[in-house]
Amino acid sequence: MSVETSASAYRSIVHERGQREVFCGLTGIIWLHRKIQDAFFLIVGSRTCAHLMQSAAGVMIFAEPRFATAIIDERDLAGLADANDELDRVVTTLIARRPDIRLLFLVGSCPSEVIKLDLSRAAARLDGQLSPGVRVLNYSGSGIETTFTQGEDACLAAIVPEMGTAPTDEAALLIVGTLSESVEDQFRRIFDAIGVGTVAFLPPRRAADIPSVGHGTRFLLAQPFLAETARVLEARGAKRLAAPFPLGIEGTTGWLRAAAEAYDVPAAVFEDAIAAPRRRAETALAAHRAQLSGRSIFFFPDSQLEIPLARFCHNELGMTPVEIGTPYLHREHLAEELALLPPGMRITEGQHVEHQLDRCRAARPDIAVCGLGLANPLEAEGVTTKWSIELVFTPIQGFDQAGDLAGLFARPLARRDRLGV
Amino acid sequence: MHLAVWTYEGPPHVGAMRIAAAMRDVHYVLHAPQGDTYADLLFTMIERSKKRPPVTYTTFQARDLGGDTADLFRAAVQDAHARFRPAAMLVGSSCTAELIQDDPGGLAEGMGLPIPVVPLELPAYQRKENWGAAETFYRLVRTFAGPTAPAPGTVRPQRAIGVRPSCNLLGPAALGFRHRDDVTEITSLLARMGVEVNVVAPLGASPADLARLGEADMNIVLYPEIAGVAATWLQRMFGHTTIRTIPIGVIATRAFITEVAEAAGLDASALLAAEESRLPWYSRSVDSTYLTGKRVFVFGDATHAIAAARVATRELGFTVVGLGTYSREFGREIREAAAEFGVEPLITDDYLEVEAKVAELQPELVLGTQMERHIAKRLAIPCAVISAPVHVQDFPARYSPQMGFEGANVLFDTWVHPLMMGLEEHLLGMFRDDFEFHDGAAPSHLGHPPTQRTAGMAAAGKPDVVEAPSALPSSAATVAGPAPWTAEAEKELGRIPFFVRGKARRNTERFAAERRLASITVETLYDAKAHFSR
Repeated sequence: MSVETSASAYRSIVHERGQREVFCGLTGIIWLHRKIQDAFFLIVGSRTCAHLMQSAAGVMIFAEPRFATAIIDERDLAGLADANDELDRVVTTLIARRPDIRLLFLVGSCPSEVIKLDLSRAAARLDGQLSPGVRVLNYSGSGIETTFTQGEDACLAAIVPEMGTAPTDEAALLIVGTLSESVEDQFRRIFDAIGVGTVAFLPPRRAADIPSVGHGTRFLLAQPFLAETARVLEARGAKRLAAPFPLGIEGTTGWLRAAAEAYDVPAAVFEDAIAAPRRRAETALAAHRAQLSGRSIFFFPDSQLEIPLARFCHNELGMTPVEIGTPYLHREHLAEELALLPPGMRITEGQHVEHQLDRCRAARPDIAVCGLGLANPLEAEGVTTKWSIELVFTPIQGFDQAGDLAGLFARPLARRDRLGV
Repeated sequence: MHLAVWTYEGPPHVGAMRIAAAMRDVHYVLHAPQGDTYADLLFTMIERSKKRPPVTYTTFQARDLGGDTADLFRAAVQDAHARFRPAAMLVGSSCTAELIQDDPGGLAEGMGLPIPVVPLELPAYQRKENWGAAETFYRLVRTFAGPTAPAPGTVRPQRAIGVRPSCNLLGPAALGFRHRDDVTEITSLLARMGVEVNVVAPLGASPADLARLGEADMNIVLYPEIAGVAATWLQRMFGHTTIRTIPIGVIATRAFITEVAEAAGLDASALLAAEESRLPWYSRSVDSTYLTGKRVFVFGDATHAIAAARVATRELGFTVVGLGTYSREFGREIREAAAEFGVEPLITDDYLEVEAKVAELQPELVLGTQMERHIAKRLAIPCAVISAPVHVQDFPARYSPQMGFEGANVLFDTWVHPLMMGLEEHLLGMFRDDFEFHDGAAPSHLGHPPTQRTAGMAAAGKPDVVEAPSALPSSAATVAGPAPWTAEAEKELGRIPFFVRGKARRNTERFAAERRLASITVETLYDAKAHFSR
């Protein structure tokens, strides 16, 4: 199906407004601070922000975390203390405590946005004092501006100006979006086998490894929520390769093929390079398909991964998506995904959580994918659930994770079958 | 501005949610940005609640700020009322909405809802979770019990002959540490005394129940952090007796029974004469001798921390070496209690400060919150949890109260369990060099070594001291650094059980530094031991 024919599918997209049961962009720090190993994320916010960070992950990550909150108090608000002086003091303490930090993000929050604390100026000032030892950047993870995974988008977009300029004749491939280390290594091996030349990843594992970008750079989005990052990369001359996202066999094949075609790799070489992992994925999926085929699934909006996930569940596992909720739908970046979805799917953009719960109760899906606030209440009503946050924290991309991804949907159902209580 | 890595308490609106979620027929409309809905998972995940907390959020976004966020709030109130039909509504702001000053209370009052609306003013940049819970409970109690209060100066009528004395149990809330089981335990204890429970609140109470609070003869404040303010107001308005003894531990439970009996005019001597808890005998039995003088560090909310310190000292024979709380509102109580034990009170909500203190004191047992559990794990010190904040594993499936006689049994088991058993400890002391039965081994009833790090260092033959994490400012480090240890002395140090080794190392180094010794020998080690054991 071409992208044009799927335009009819767009018309069936329902927009909803109401209470949104989603995390804010600060939550992205939970995986970003593990991914970039010498980065520190300092939220400039309230006690609520700090409380969110320790509650959101479901568990507390108690290796000394590389994130903290500079909590704004009444003295800052009353103007008794100069917020910038206070911030300088907090950053100085922090850097003294953590001399291993090379990259510091000042992360804006709802309160810092509302009181119009200019973190970009603060970052520039602190960067002047601390670089080259420590670079200081800023972005906003506030709930008034970002939903859950958009925090990663804002963070990566803040890194883009730090990327060196690559020569125009350098046609490196850039993979954009956080992937687990093992998935990154797998993709690197496949790209080597295909022969696309130099491959770089954003975000990097270390601040010193921030890749460069230029007019020759082509990039593949590894995640569907990177609208702003793609925009600023394009502004630097890089070209986005349109592709589905690397979830499941179909998505991973299409994603890798977009790179192969852009680098004029012969079809036979490409097919040969992916044959073995693809076969492994087929074997792994077969086991789960028997259990999942014919089951209905309901996606509450959460990470913007919902459309690629629904496509995987439908096309590769034979499941029936009843409703696909997504916080935002980026028409251009998701075009290839929408083309792969059968027509007539109910896609909801935005949220009115009470109405959506009513629809979920009425539909009685075999499984509902939802956030942590909704999961146990739905289970108590008899609806089997999968926490959507696990789909963000688990390596699910690529051929060798396709079986694991299916397993994430299969396990709650298998558990329900097992339990005699 | 202050730097926080982990926090003991959430913002005050989370305290309000703990009251709303505990009650029936109450709904809370919170003016808050998208993202603040994370708070729902505290209840659904940590406490495994089957219901979403009764909270509607406006979840405004940046684009709404240019428009009319007040309209958004009114619409949320209207929808919530139509959908949930509560008997009362709480309205308020989270930290961000406080800044945009929409005045939820005024807006909701102007809407003419057919139910009582209780506006909450919870200053998010000054106050915290427990304060928010206490304020919310107080506002609700005032709103619903207020109209039934007698005129000022009215003398409380005598209870009629044949009517059983009754009480209110105040304070149990959602996300409280063992509140559910404490209520069951204390209710049954009171029943055996012949005291009826009129209302338990906020847990399980409806606004109509709050209107009946005045009917009881007395108020029992189980959790002063939450119910202290409301109980003081009830006492003033209704002339209630207030029972403030917290029945944690055998001694305090007996004192509680005596206090209630006196207030109710009952004879509780039979109940007091019976040995209801196993704790006294378990503590007196010879196996417990090894518990004597175990050095314990206690931290938590003020009520649980003070109670734990008393039980640790008088009922288990431990020595309290540190006592603290994150509840600044209860600083006075903690300072008084700390004086009882001759220790410096630690009043802070900075977990790094608590960690530094634990590292400095090197206790043999830590009694604390989930934060102290992590601190203790890091420092390879046994730990038991005694207070909120707690995680999902501290909401056990089994009946596990902290209060009353069964609560005392639970305390004995929970606090003794992480420790090495008596004879095992002795054998370790006698045969230090046994290759299997070495001190890197955990207590035999616990399945894992203290920490990977300790085991790894022992295997590498490096000094096996448990150090403060490198991330901490090294407050304890001396400028010149400690005198070097001779190989022989280092080996001898390795023979000291791991749970006191850190302390022995610090003491010996201090001893050597004070005497300006060039190196630490086996002699220095034993000299220091003699010096500090005086």
